[in-house]
Amino acid sequence: MKILTGNDLKTGDVIWWTGSDWSRHVENAVDVGEHGERILHEEEATRRVNAPYIIDAEQTEDGPRPAHIKDRVRALGPTVRPDLTLKPADPEAGNWVI
Amino acid sequence: MYQYDQYDQQMVDTRVEEFRDQVKRRLAGDLTEDQFKPLRLMNGLYLQLHAYMLRVAIPYGTLNSKQMRMLGHIARTYDRDYGHFTTRQNIQYNWIKLEDAPDLLADLASVEMHAIQTSGNCIRNISSDQYAGAAKDEIADPRPWAEILRQWSSFHPEFSYLPRKFKIAVIASDEDRAAMRLHDIGIQLVHKNGELGAKFFVGGGMGRTPMIAPEIRDFVPADELISYAEACLRVYNRYGRRDNKYKARIKILVHELGVEEYTHQVEEEFAHMKTLGLNPPVEELARITEYFADPAFDTGASDELDLSDPDFNLWVDQNVVEHKQPGYAIATISLKPKGGIPGDASSAQIDLMADLAEQYSFDELRVTHSQNIVLPHVRKNDLYALWQKLDEAGLAPANLDLITDSIACPGLDYCSLANARSIPLAQKISERFADLGRQRELGELKLKISGCINACGHHHAGHIGILGVDRKGTENYQLLLGGSAAEDTSLAKITGPGFDEDGVIDAIETVTDVYLEEREGDERFIDTYRRVGMARFKEAIYG
Repeated sequence: MKILTGNDLKTGDVIWWTGSDWSRHVENAVDVGEHGERILHEEEATRRVNAPYIIDAEQTEDGPRPAHIKDRVRALGPTVRPDLTLKPADPEAGNWVI
Repeated sequence: MYQYDQYDQQMVDTRVEEFRDQVKRRLAGDLTEDQFKPLRLMNGLYLQLHAYMLRVAIPYGTLNSKQMRMLGHIARTYDRDYGHFTTRQNIQYNWIKLEDAPDLLADLASVEMHAIQTSGNCIRNISSDQYAGAAKDEIADPRPWAEILRQWSSFHPEFSYLPRKFKIAVIASDEDRAAMRLHDIGIQLVHKNGELGAKFFVGGGMGRTPMIAPEIRDFVPADELISYAEACLRVYNRYGRRDNKYKARIKILVHELGVEEYTHQVEEEFAHMKTLGLNPPVEELARITEYFADPAFDTGASDELDLSDPDFNLWVDQNVVEHKQPGYAIATISLKPKGGIPGDASSAQIDLMADLAEQYSFDELRVTHSQNIVLPHVRKNDLYALWQKLDEAGLAPANLDLITDSIACPGLDYCSLANARSIPLAQKISERFADLGRQRELGELKLKISGCINACGHHHAGHIGILGVDRKGTENYQLLLGGSAAEDTSLAKITGPGFDEDGVIDAIETVTDVYLEEREGDERFIDTYRRVGMARFKEAIYG
């Protein structure tokens, strides 16, 4: 599957395209199929996202899992600071990245 | 310490307001990201993996308590309560909001700091010896010269769009504590026939093509130092390659032209420069130098030290070095606790270090390229009280220059350029080698870890270096041996095929075992490696 990601313009937060809006949680990302480039340009033009790009991901039971480790780190947060990730209560969350 | 004059302050304040307007226009949609990106980068604001990252310049790694407290304030107010001291003697914040950046920069400007020229193809923060002004072995204080270079290079119109970024280091002793020959220009202050001047080394660097800077001039009179640096830059600016960013650094130009030809061209340019009368005015040199006068040392301070507390004794032995002034010492605060993140400090720790500098070190701190903090002027009588306070705050690891005092770049946990994580390796190595007795048995061992070929973690210069690479989507680590950033500068060589995370840590343990088996007398790891050669280590690692 293809999903879209970028950063929130004001805050810099990592965000994912949900089909109608942007979410901080990769589990909410949707497959954009062949429409990625068009959505990306439209959304960038309205400044709802900064520096967006299309990535490959795998659909899993827990939602989309980015194909590349770099995007998995982006999705979770720094593995060396679990307290600063999106899943601070889950000590095993870092395993999802690796 | 240098204090801004009206021009310095005005330049920084003006830049803050200029950037405030640029941010406003970006948020309003009047600037696209393509238009805005170079503007934010000129103010040190990157977009990294998780958020905007701000790199703040700490000129030649020197700051006072007020500035250090501001760094703590910024961590608390605009970031997630911590900062990361870097291998360029700077500090980075990882979670900055674009909308906050102008206020943050205004706060920095209020204590004579900024983030200008911490990105882009310009002359970056000048680095220097963290013991400057305190070292027993220096022939002069390098800071006034670093400051003059800072002023010369700030907003230099001719050098704002160089072929590539440009890094300069200044030292003033034979012992190189600033990785001087791994800079684009390395300057070593020297005396010749009683006159102060400088040796110039040009064309060093790490990155994907590491090179040691060759000496191109054994003596430039001190008052002509700026003109000579300008000549070096002019030749680079004219002929440095702009068609290929991987061949754009000055080291490539010097290598391709040849040292002799590059030097010849610099000398021609220098001869021309001298006719222009661009040497800094003598009064200005004197004015700047005055700021770096020694603090009011107690000339009666005692050299006696009660070392009866064994933990304190270890810390003094490892982290404290002799000061030029009797009765005083230079103390290094290690930011490398067991399992910690090299270079990270919480706002509370930053505040504490500021307080301790105010109380015990004439209000001065230094950031080292090894990601530690130095209190340069501590009265020996105060060392025990200082150590107790550091120890309470987890800031007293007695591991300076030992295997757990590793350098590590932010790696894939934070950096968008990285291919692999570097911090987890540093953490696991610090746990594997946690026993201080074992560390001390291994002695001086510089371990340096980079998460990609750009080498921010200085892996080429590690006695043991680790380079993280991407191998078909998974992290892989190459092991290197034999580098040094000191006066015996050398570049490390790759041992062979890479490892996974656990594998590279096991390999390091094997390497240290070989060292202990082969060591003769007081040899350091690097000495044994150089004597024995790679093959012995390679055989032990790969069988």
